[in-house]
Amino acid sequence: MSEPHNPERTGQSPAESRAVAGLQGDWQRLHPFSPLVRAGRGVIAIVALLLISAGTSRRGNLSSDLVHLAIIVVIFLLGVITWLVTRWRVEGGVLRVDSGLLRRTSERFPLNQIQAIDTVRPGLARIFGVAELRIRLAGGGGKAGRLAYLSNAEAETLRAHLLALSHGETEAAPPAPEQVLVTVEPARLFASILLTGSGLVLELAVVALAILAVVAPAIEAAAISAGAAGLFALAISMFRRFNGDYRLAVSDAADGLHLRSGLIETSAETIPPGRIQAIRMVEPLAWRAFGWCRLEVDVASQKSKGRQDRNQSKAARALLPVGSHAQAALLLASVFSGLPEERSTPPPRARWKSPLRFRYLSGATNERFTVTTSGRLRRVTDWVPLAKVQSVRLVEGPVQRRLRLSSIHLDTAGRRVHAVLRDRDRTEATQLLDELPDRCRNARRAEDLLQRERATATTARNPDL
Amino acid sequence: MSDAAVDDQESIWNAPSPRLRRLRHYEVATGTFVAVLVAVGTTVALGATLAMVIAVICVIVAGASADVVAGRRVRAWAYTERAEDLLVKRGVMFKRTSVIPYGRMQYVEVTAGPFERAFGLATVQMHTAAAASDARIPGLPAQEAARLRDQLTSLGEANAMGL
Repeated sequence: MSEPHNPERTGQSPAESRAVAGLQGDWQRLHPFSPLVRAGRGVIAIVALLLISAGTSRRGNLSSDLVHLAIIVVIFLLGVITWLVTRWRVEGGVLRVDSGLLRRTSERFPLNQIQAIDTVRPGLARIFGVAELRIRLAGGGGKAGRLAYLSNAEAETLRAHLLALSHGETEAAPPAPEQVLVTVEPARLFASILLTGSGLVLELAVVALAILAVVAPAIEAAAISAGAAGLFALAISMFRRFNGDYRLAVSDAADGLHLRSGLIETSAETIPPGRIQAIRMVEPLAWRAFGWCRLEVDVASQKSKGRQDRNQSKAARALLPVGSHAQAALLLASVFSGLPEERSTPPPRARWKSPLRFRYLSGATNERFTVTTSGRLRRVTDWVPLAKVQSVRLVEGPVQRRLRLSSIHLDTAGRRVHAVLRDRDRTEATQLLDELPDRCRNARRAEDLLQRERATATTARNPDL
Repeated sequence: MSDAAVDDQESIWNAPSPRLRRLRHYEVATGTFVAVLVAVGTTVALGATLAMVIAVICVIVAGASADVVAGRRVRAWAYTERAEDLLVKRGVMFKRTSVIPYGRMQYVEVTAGPFERAFGLATVQMHTAAAASDARIPGLPAQEAARLRDQLTSLGEANAMGL
């Protein structure tokens, strides 16, 4: 920006004025509590270990206590140093984050390429009133910039201003109007988690232990101690799901879908429209009685190079952890339009190849999308936009060859979802293999055109950036 | 073989070099030889002569059938460059035909292991953003591999598409 941008100075808290100063090009540090929050989990674990070891094995073990203490001090010092050398500022339309003492890194994030800014607040961060900003850039693999942590007010101000700048406005606009599409009730989420695989295992184990306590109390203790670690891990993974999807609310806004969720760690993230590679609907057997389903989106993720952000690598995001088919249809319609209506099923002889899942096997493809359904116990439906297809494969196994059947695979850049039109008639499959690449290309061209129009619209509004 | 393929216009299928067949032949022979040595070694150590004969016969039969399978797999491999995509065919039991648009290419990788190098061969692999994409062509003569690499690179640049 050629003009330094000048929000009103009246009625600002110190945190807000810090954010504004950073926006005007002054170096700013992160929140002083950052090292504490970052080291939080590790320190808590070590302190817990210390207390346990102090409580149990005992007497004259001073040296080991000193070692533990030294570890804590070193971790804390490292955190403080990291905090001291990490600075950020906005200059010339670029957000710059410098960090590192020995190995200095300086990251630059051009504001006009910002695609979304997510806010994440882990439990400790909420206690201290701080938040992490995650800045995602357009194009390529979507490298994320992190500002961890800023005080809540600072984070909110900065987020609003950065987004405004990225859209070429100098004033922070009020957040775009958004329309809430679905919310998930905690009770239903809880029930659904109890009804999934790991939940059922845990329940069975608890019931088994209860029976054992009555029948053979003598081996009860042994059984508990043997299975405790596994059960604990199961419970933690279930809790993590509950925590992550708690009160998930999906709303539709101009810049994509907004997802807000979290019990202890809360997060607010945005999924821009062009980034969705595929959508998957999963209906586990135990949920079907209630008419529930789960909707996941797969966004582009680069093959990990080196260390990667934990949340980045988690490619498939639940758009709807549990919900009715009507809710799923609503979400689907808000993301993809022009989905194929009619489905076709494989020829009856495919029953010999896939006796169990034959009943649900179906698929369809039109000019823009392919949809496939498969699975007997866990029914899975995949929607893949042809514009996102990376390659098309025809696969024919030995049994399929006897029956004159072939499967068509559509590969996308997403991690987990890839559509398979299973066990189609061979002539149909061969024809599809012939036509699909052209259809993908056309779909891709249409989308590129759309994106270019959008981009020129942005630069027209904002010639400076 | 053309039954499952895309019987496309006048596309001509290119095959890997015949030297790949010989390379696989040597690879199987080496493996069999090592297996025979191991079989003889262990059975002699145990002092069972009859077992030794049986083991050696089994290993040789297994080696011979592996050689036949390897030969068929080499013959099944074929590729063709169309106007806007690369077609790769492979597999005997599981036949696969992949269509990879040039525009989806992220990078081309040419590898040549020590054995391949000894035969003047190289493997060309085209990578897309999808991990499942399967565009590997083994056993190309070094010159053809270099040509294909350059060709794919320029076509990829010309047609480049984002994610």
